[in-house]
Amino acid sequence: MTPRLILALVAALIALVLPAVLPVFQVTLLTNVAIAALTVVGLVLLTGVAGLTSFGQAAFMGVGAYTTALLTTAYGWNPWLTLPAGMIVTAGVAALLGLATLRMQGHYLPLATIAWGISLYYVFGNSPALGGFTGLRGIPPVSIFGLDLTDPRRFAYLALVFLALGIMAAQFLLSSRVGRAMRALRSGTVVAEAFGANTFSLRVQVFVLSAVFASAAGWLYAHQQRFVNPTPFGLNVGIEYLFMAVLGGAGYVWGGVAGAILITALREVLQNVLPTLLGTGGNYEVIVLGIIIILVLQFARRGLWPLAERWVPAGTPRLLARAITFPHRPDPVPGSFILNVQNAVKQFGGLRAVSEVSFDVKAGEIVGLIGPNGAGKSTMFNLITGVNPATRGSVTLLGRDATRLPARTIHRLGVARTFQHVRLFPELSLLENTMMGGYARGKAGMIASLLHLERREEAALQGAALAQLERVGLRDRAFDQAGNLALGQQRLLEIARALTADPAFLLLDEPAAGLRYGEKGELSALLRRLRDEGVTVLIVEHDMDLVMNLVDRLVVMNGGQELAQGNPQQVRDNPAVREAYLGVDIEEGAA
Amino acid sequence: MNIFDPAIFPILTADGLTNGAVYALLSLALVLVFAVTRVIFVPQGEFVMFGTLTLASLQLGRVPGTLTLLLVLLAISTVLNVVEALRRGDGRSAGISGVSGVALGAGLWALTTTLAAAKAPLLVQVLLTLLLVVPLGPLLYRVVFQPLRNASVLVLLIASVALHLVLVGLGLVFFGPEGSRTPAFAEGNTVLGGVTLSNQSLLVIMVSALLMVGLYYFFDRTLTGKALRATAVNRMGARLVGIRPTAAGSLAFTVAALIGALSGLLIGPSIAVSYDTGFLIGLKGFVGAIIGGLVSYPVAALGALLVGLIESYASFSLSQWKEVIVFTLILPVLLWRSLSSKHHDEEDE
Amino acid sequence: MTSTSPLLPAPLLKVDDLHVSYGRVEAVQGVSLSVGAGQIVSVIGANGAGKSTLMGAIIGALPSRGRVEYAGRPLAHTPLESRVAAGMTLVPERRELFSSMTVEDNLRLGAYTRRREGAGDLGGVFTRFPRLEERRKQLAGTLSGGEQQMLAIGRALMARPKLLLLDEPSLGLAPLIVREILRIVAELRDTGVTVLLVEQNARAALAISDFGYVLEGGQVRLSGPAADLAHDPAVVASYLGAAK
Repeated sequence: MTPRLILALVAALIALVLPAVLPVFQVTLLTNVAIAALTVVGLVLLTGVAGLTSFGQAAFMGVGAYTTALLTTAYGWNPWLTLPAGMIVTAGVAALLGLATLRMQGHYLPLATIAWGISLYYVFGNSPALGGFTGLRGIPPVSIFGLDLTDPRRFAYLALVFLALGIMAAQFLLSSRVGRAMRALRSGTVVAEAFGANTFSLRVQVFVLSAVFASAAGWLYAHQQRFVNPTPFGLNVGIEYLFMAVLGGAGYVWGGVAGAILITALREVLQNVLPTLLGTGGNYEVIVLGIIIILVLQFARRGLWPLAERWVPAGTPRLLARAITFPHRPDPVPGSFILNVQNAVKQFGGLRAVSEVSFDVKAGEIVGLIGPNGAGKSTMFNLITGVNPATRGSVTLLGRDATRLPARTIHRLGVARTFQHVRLFPELSLLENTMMGGYARGKAGMIASLLHLERREEAALQGAALAQLERVGLRDRAFDQAGNLALGQQRLLEIARALTADPAFLLLDEPAAGLRYGEKGELSALLRRLRDEGVTVLIVEHDMDLVMNLVDRLVVMNGGQELAQGNPQQVRDNPAVREAYLGVDIEEGAA
Repeated sequence: MNIFDPAIFPILTADGLTNGAVYALLSLALVLVFAVTRVIFVPQGEFVMFGTLTLASLQLGRVPGTLTLLLVLLAISTVLNVVEALRRGDGRSAGISGVSGVALGAGLWALTTTLAAAKAPLLVQVLLTLLLVVPLGPLLYRVVFQPLRNASVLVLLIASVALHLVLVGLGLVFFGPEGSRTPAFAEGNTVLGGVTLSNQSLLVIMVSALLMVGLYYFFDRTLTGKALRATAVNRMGARLVGIRPTAAGSLAFTVAALIGALSGLLIGPSIAVSYDTGFLIGLKGFVGAIIGGLVSYPVAALGALLVGLIESYASFSLSQWKEVIVFTLILPVLLWRSLSSKHHDEEDE
Repeated sequence: MTSTSPLLPAPLLKVDDLHVSYGRVEAVQGVSLSVGAGQIVSVIGANGAGKSTLMGAIIGALPSRGRVEYAGRPLAHTPLESRVAAGMTLVPERRELFSSMTVEDNLRLGAYTRRREGAGDLGGVFTRFPRLEERRKQLAGTLSGGEQQMLAIGRALMARPKLLLLDEPSLGLAPLIVREILRIVAELRDTGVTVLLVEQNARAALAISDFGYVLEGGQVRLSGPAADLAHDPAVVASYLGAAK
C-alpha cells in the first residue's frame, strides 16, 4: 500500500465518522463541502488538467437542480430518474456552449461562461414556471430502499458517497488513455493531434464532463435544501468554485477537494470574525477571498496541494497484468514508396516558404533533409505531418493522398514524429509520456475510462510503451518524472513515444539540437540501430557529422527550393551546396 | 403599444445610443488593456462605479473611501518599488521611490480631506474624483498584474475576476448598499427633428464622441500612443526600440481608469449607481469588445453601441428579459467568430 | 579559453565567459569576444551554433551568466530597454517589425529612446534606403523580405546607435539583396557605427569585416582577422562536417 492510498483511506474513514458525531449545523456544512467539492473536482478536470476554464459551474449546478425541482414537483418524477435527466439536459447545454467557443483561443470559453452564468440567473429568476426569484419549494426527499433521507446526517452520507464516486471516476480518468490526452491539451494541441487525438472533440467532452459533475452536485443541493432559488447558481458562486480549485491546486483532484474545504471553512470563520473586527455593513469575506486568490496566483500558482503533497511520497505504481497485445502494423513492402512529395508549394502571404519541391522516401531508407537556416525545412516537415498543409502540390504517404489530411489522420496512417523543441509532459512519468504515443492504438472512450473498463487495453499500452523504453535504453527509469531527465534522454524519450505508435514511418525533427557530445553519441547509436532494424526515417538535422554518417540519401533545400539530392559524399562535394551553406563572396558577386 | 410607434421609437433609440456610447468607451478601454497587457480586465466597470460614487460622496461633504484604497495601493506599490530597486543595488532610485510615494500620499490625503470638507464647486469635485480614481489604474496594474506579467491569459483572467470581487466588496464597504445619483451637468431638453432629448443625454453622446476622437488622435498621431500600439502588435519589437512593456501596461491601465471614471461621471446623473452596478455596465462593454474579437477598436465600439440599442428596445417590450437577451447575444457572436475566423492556437512557436 | 582580440581600438563591447541556458540546454557555453569601436566584427557558424542566442544575451533579451561590458560599463543589471537607450540596438533575426503599422511609424518608433531630442533622423534613413521612402505609408507587413530587412535596420538606425547588433541580415534573401544590405552595413562603419554581425553566410560576412569568430556548439572554435578566416579550411569543416 502506498502512503497516498493510506491517506485516502484515512480521509474516507474520517468522512464516515464525522456525520455521526458532529453537531447538526456542522453536518450541514460538511454536506455543503461535499457538494461544492464534487463541482470543483469536475472543474479540476477542466481547468488544471485540460487547461480550460469556466466561471459558469454554478449555473450548470442550477440546471441540474432546477431540472429535478421541476420534474419532481410539477410532474411527480422519482428523484432517481431526475438525476440522469438533469445530467442529460446539462450535457446538452454544455455541448452547445463548447461547440460555440472551443475552436477559439482559450479565453473565449470563460468569457462565454460569465455571460451564460448571468443570463441563466435571470432566466431562473424571470420564469414563472420556475418560481421566479422566490424559487420552487416542496421538493421531495431522496429515498433509498424506502428510507427518506430527510435527516441531515443521513443526507451527508449520500453527499459523501457522491463525492467519493466523483473522486474515483476522476482519478480513473486521469490514469487512462483519454486522461493522458486531456493532460496534453494544456500545453496546446500539437502533441495530442500528432498522436491521433481529435483535440476539439476532446475539449468539448471534458467541458461537458465537468458540467455533468456540477449537475449531479446541483441535484444533491436541491434535495438537501428541498427548495431552489436562483441565488446559489449565480455568477459569484461560479467564481467561488473556480477559486476553490485555484486555491487548492487546480491540477490535482485532491487539491480541488482541499480548496472546497478551505474556502467553505474560511467563509464561515470570516463571516463570524470580520464584522465584529471591522464593524458592520460589508461583504468583507469576499474582499479577503479575492486578495487571497491574487496572492496565491502571484506566489503559488499551482495552489496549495502540491506544497502539501511533497510530504506524502507517491509509491511506485504497479504495472497491470497483460492479457492482450496490440497487433503489429504490417511491414511495408521493401522498396515501396513511403513518402512521395510532388511539386509542393507553401505560401505564407507574400512569402513562398516552400517552392515546387519534390522528393521521396522508400521503405527501409533513412533520408536526411538538410539546408541552411530559413531553407524551408521546418515548413516542409509541417506539410508532411499535416500541421500546416501545402498550398499546392501533393503529399502521398503510404499510398494515400495526405495533402489535405489533418495531423491526427496522418498519424493514423502510420506516421509518428518527434519535435524540434522537446514537447514532453515534465510532471508525468516516462512511462505515461511514452504511452501517449500509443493513443491511436487504443479505442476506449471517456465513459469507459471513467469506469476503468479499459484496463486490458491499458495493460497492452503499458507493455508496448515499456518495450520501446527498453529499446531506447530508458526502461529502468520508467517511473521517474520526465522533467528530471537530461535533454539527451528527453530526446530519446520522444523517440520511444513515437515508436510506441508502431509507425511505418518515423520523422525526426532536429533530434540532436542542443545535445552535448556524449549525448549525440548515444543518439546516433540508437538511430543506427533503428536503421539496421529496417525502420524508415526522415530526419531533419543540422549536425552534419551525425547526418552524413547516418543517412542513405540527402535532400538539400535552400531558399524554399530543392537544391540537391544524393548520397552524403555527392552532397558534400556539390559546389551549390557549399555555396548555400558558406555563402558567396560579395566581391565575386555570383548570381 | 408597438415598439416602432413614432412616439416611442426615437426615444428608445436615443436612450440606447446614450448608454451605448458609454459601453463603447468601455469596450475601447477593454480592447486597449487586453492588446497591451493580455489582461481581460473584468473590473473595468468598477472604475465606473468608483467614478460615480466618489463624486456622490464628495457631494455629501464626505471623504470618499476611494482615498483609503488609493493610499493603501500607493503604499504597497511604493514598498514593491523600493524593494525592487534595492535588489538591483540601486539605492538612489529606492530613495526617490520611497520619498515620492510618501509625499504623493500625504498630498492626496491633505487635498481630499480639505476639499471634501469645504464642499467645493462641482467642477472641482469632478477633477478631484478623476484625481482619486484614475491613479487606481496604474496602481492596480503595479500591485496585481505586473507581478503576473509572464502568466498565461487564463491566469490573468482569474486574477482579474478576483480583483473584481475585491473592488465590488470595497465599494459596498465604502459607499454602502444604496444607489446614488450625481447632479446633472446639463439641465433641460432639446428638440431635435421632433424628438425631445434631455441635454444630459446629448452631453453624454457628445463627450463620448469627443473622447473617441481624442483617443484616435492619441493613438494615430502621438509617439506615446503609437508606442502603446507597437507594444500590442509586437512586444519584442517594442522592447528593442526601448519601450518598456511595464510602462506601456501602466499607461494602458491609466487610460482605462480615465475612461472608466469619466463614464461614471457621465452616467451618474441618469442612473442610480450602486456598488454592484459597474459590473453589469462593464460586461456590456465586454460584449462589444468580444464582437470586435478583443482586437478591433471600431468593431468593438460599434458592437457596444448595438448592445446599447438592443438593451433599450428590449427594456421596452421585454424589460425582465433584457439582461438575458444582452448576454445571450454573446453566444451567436462567438459561434459566428468561431466559424469565420481561421482556427488558431495558443501554441508557442 | 581566451580569444585573441583585436588590440588596436578600445573595445566598445567586451563579452567574457558568457553562458546562456534554455532549461537544460546550454546554447552558449563560455563565449568571450570583443568588438573594437569603429569595427565590423562577424560571428559566423552553422545553424544551431548559438549565434542568435549570443546576440539575445548581449542585448539583454535572454538571461545569461558571465560578463558583458559596454563602453567600459558592466551591464549585469541593465534591462534591455536601458541598453537600447544607452546606444546598443539589435536587428533581430525575426526582424520583429510592427507589421500592422506603416513604414514611417516603424521608423519613428525606432527613435523612441530619443524622443526628447526631436523626431530622429528620418531623412538620413531615407537617403540610405530610398525604397523605404517610396513605401513610407505602406504597412510594414506588406513589404517584401528585403524591404523588411531594410526597415528593420533603418528602425535600429533611428536610435542613432553606437553599437549595432545585426542578426542574420541575409536570412531568406536573394543574393543581390544580400549584397546591397551588406554594402550598406559596410558604409555604416564609415559613419562611426560599430557593428557586431552574426551571419551564416560566412564568406559575405567576412568580406566586410575586420575580425571574425567562428562559433560551433555554443563555443568559439576559431577567431582571427576576417581575411585569414575567409579561406581557412577549418571553417568549411565546421559547416559541412568532416567525413569519418
